[in-house]
Amino acid sequence: MINTKDILETINMIEEEHFDIRTITLGISLLDCASEDMRRLCARVYDKITSSARDLVRVGEDISQEFGIPIINKRIAVTPAALVAAGCGRTDFVPLARTLDKAAKEVGVNFIGGYSALVHKGYTDADRALLDSIPEALAVTERVCSSVNVATSKSGVNMDAVADMGRQIKRLSELTAADDSIGCAKLVVFANAVEDNPFMAGAFHGVGEPETVINVGISGPGVVQAALRRQGEEANLTQLAETIKRTAFKITRVGQLVASEASQRLRIPFGIVDLSLAPTPEIGDSVARILETLGLESCGAHGSTAALALLNDAVKKGGVMASSHVGGLSGAFIPVSEDEGMIAAIRGGSLSLDKLEAMTAVCSVGLDMIAIPGDTPAEVISAIIADEISIGVANTKTTAVRVIPAAGKQAGDSVFFGGLLGEAPVIAVNPASPLLFIKRGGRIPAPIHSLKN
Amino acid sequence: MRSVITVVGKDRTGIIAMISAMLYKYNGNILDIAQNVLGGIFTMMMLVDISELNIPFDRFVVEMENLGATEKVKIHVMHEDIFNAMHRI
Repeated sequence: MINTKDILETINMIEEEHFDIRTITLGISLLDCASEDMRRLCARVYDKITSSARDLVRVGEDISQEFGIPIINKRIAVTPAALVAAGCGRTDFVPLARTLDKAAKEVGVNFIGGYSALVHKGYTDADRALLDSIPEALAVTERVCSSVNVATSKSGVNMDAVADMGRQIKRLSELTAADDSIGCAKLVVFANAVEDNPFMAGAFHGVGEPETVINVGISGPGVVQAALRRQGEEANLTQLAETIKRTAFKITRVGQLVASEASQRLRIPFGIVDLSLAPTPEIGDSVARILETLGLESCGAHGSTAALALLNDAVKKGGVMASSHVGGLSGAFIPVSEDEGMIAAIRGGSLSLDKLEAMTAVCSVGLDMIAIPGDTPAEVISAIIADEISIGVANTKTTAVRVIPAAGKQAGDSVFFGGLLGEAPVIAVNPASPLLFIKRGGRIPAPIHSLKN
Repeated sequence: MRSVITVVGKDRTGIIAMISAMLYKYNGNILDIAQNVLGGIFTMMMLVDISELNIPFDRFVVEMENLGATEKVKIHVMHEDIFNAMHRI
């Protein structure tokens, strides 16, 4: 039998250190639902989702109870809607969003991702229609998440799409103003979006994926922080990196176990385990606090980027041996509203938008869940996107922007979303105008190191 | 299926008797036990075969947890594989 110390360690991780499986995400291809008629398309989409995901929530709950490990979210990712509905041409896509929402409610998942378009090189007619529909689609639905890929390292940055997304985010903020602009929390702008990401709001089921697939996202910032704290102040950074690797290995093994169990019970192939450290707004489940445990007075202090780089690398090294297939975003997340330590660091004045941007160069996934003043002009939002996306393109990694222009609020105010989405202090943006740069449009060419053939 | 049942609480007489009576009632077969008392804190690990349980597993878990709550000890019932996954390569 496993020894007592190990058993108690596992129980302690779950009971005291917030270890959980963050999400089991079922990817479903909707390509076979294509139709020229939106109504027929919606009926097929609804049937396919509700039949494929019928047992998802029940199986997730069974596994959670048998193994004694909380599985927080059961979710669905579908083929990017712009591809699924391409046959419908320039039509109103909102009925499709409503259908996804209805299907999500029917099977009991809290989010469904894939109201998405891949426009890194340009728009199809359907992409155009989908993008224009995003603000309304996310305002009238509750569980639908949307993402738009505006750049890749191979194709460069589609600056027309970047300009467009600034306007769409702004409109979405206004449409959901009554709820602290929560619509924007369900929309992500990507560079190098991945096809097997289990995390929302950016999950979608890529075209290279099978008919259906199970992807699992683990969590565990609290476990890592507790393990580091036990090392005390005498440990050097080599020792701490080892501690993170060991911890990441253990938590990823549980992710792999849950993924294989879910795959077996649902008779759906296992895709990947995503090695991301995903924080929650609860005390003791924060990535920012890990950086502070490494030795910083407050997250955002000089040294934060180095500390985060160490953390991110060690998590991957520890996790990669624990899973047969690693994928998704796989890295530490640094969302603001979903991380108690990040919120405190912004309120305390040590963390700024610029430092957050710098930190995203060494982790996944980007500027995430950051509230900015509601009167921020669309071109400034676009420029924030352009900067972040360029970090991803130049470094051949995924980056993303999920900012919330909080309608009617100024820097220093707060927005409250509740639940896992948390709350966020509104953070100041640089007031200098990037208007002409954004207005020029066109494409920023792919970096020279993308030419690898 | 084999579960690990852990019991942690303030030491007193009859804890093992109480747990094993419950397992007997629901037809759980004890395969291994490790137990110690450190500084007055009782800790016990049991490996239990639960494939022949006479009630559904989810109800069994609730019954065991309720027993822990009434007797003021913490009882966890978890599948053996989570420990194997985490602590064995």
